[in-house]
Amino acid sequence: MEIVGQLQKQFVDFSTSLYGEGFLDEQYLQLQKLQDESNPDFVCEVVSLFFDDSEKLLNNLATALQQQVVDFKQVDAHVHQFKGSSSSIGAQRVKNMCVAFRNFCEEKNLDGCLRCLQQLNHEYFLVKNKLETLFRLERQIVEAGGTVPVIVA
Amino acid sequence: MGMAATDDQFHVLAVDDSVIDRKLIERLLKTSSFQVTTVDSGSKALEFLGWHGNEISMFSEASISPNNHQEVEVNLVITDYCMPGMTGYDLLKKIKESAFLRDIPVVIMSSENVPSRITSYRCLEEGAEEFFLKPVKLSDVNKLRPHMMRTKLNNDIIENGKPENEEKQENGEIITTGEADSEMQQFQTAQSLQQQTSQNNNNNNDNNKRKSMEEGLSPDRTRPRYSDLTVMSN
Repeated sequence: MEIVGQLQKQFVDFSTSLYGEGFLDEQYLQLQKLQDESNPDFVCEVVSLFFDDSEKLLNNLATALQQQVVDFKQVDAHVHQFKGSSSSIGAQRVKNMCVAFRNFCEEKNLDGCLRCLQQLNHEYFLVKNKLETLFRLERQIVEAGGTVPVIVA
Repeated sequence: MGMAATDDQFHVLAVDDSVIDRKLIERLLKTSSFQVTTVDSGSKALEFLGWHGNEISMFSEASISPNNHQEVEVNLVITDYCMPGMTGYDLLKKIKESAFLRDIPVVIMSSENVPSRITSYRCLEEGAEEFFLKPVKLSDVNKLRPHMMRTKLNNDIIENGKPENEEKQENGEIITTGEADSEMQQFQTAQSLQQQTSQNNNNNNDNNKRKSMEEGLSPDRTRPRYSDLTVMSN
């Protein structure tokens, strides 16, 4: 079916670009390996947890950095958590941003932290958007009667 | 689904404060055909393992609650290192210091920001079997089964005497330390009473809570010391 073929090509091209541009790394491929017929929604479920968790963390970070006296340890704790969760799902650019953020926390550099938070927000919503596009493409392929291509490293 | 591990299935207790990492480790473990229970803190882990802080109380009738987690056999504990409150290291120590839990193999998972040489050395020194860097992979999880099998083999020896080929276990478990002595005496008395009254329960009763105090094992043996540091990389 032509439409399936087109969608599959779109999916492959888009996935490849995500890896190529560093939005996703090897760990996302590992997640795919854990998905099978008995757990067909595993990746989507984990990513949804990541979205919920991340948005809470971003709010917590904004609040923490707005305090009169900023508790950098607390800020660092949030960033550490964010680094962990982004690393667990393979959101590489988000993870890297967290690494930079932690350095500013250590230096107690408020300006640096605020800039990082801004960039972190940006990177997070970028990857969220891309993952949602990816999931949408998968759904369209399946609805058109095709199978989702498996991307290997 | 029964809580006790069958002969074919090992039961792993996974401890992590991150909901994402709990989901991940659960999937990894189930993919490897393990039964899994996940908890979000070290204190909940100890609760699940039936550790009440006062181990003598485990053997008094009155303290056995309806939700008797002592009947749940846990073959391995895998825990995150960095957790609020009780860290994975604290949990490891509590398990290894407990007369009834020390047989349970413990594995630590850690994200790389912690100085890994020092951390992994500390954990291995304290008796952890493995130290995995996060994110944990299937290849890491594949390393778990030998540790669980070795413990099960040790427990079979305790129950049934020495195996015919007289083969000694290499990580010949444990040791009586001074503090545990009186607890062990009570444990042994309680155990022999239990065995008289319930012949059928021998498989599921506290397999992981027995100390390997068979005649064959040297009382001088201590926990394995690791002179060669191996950091598990991904």
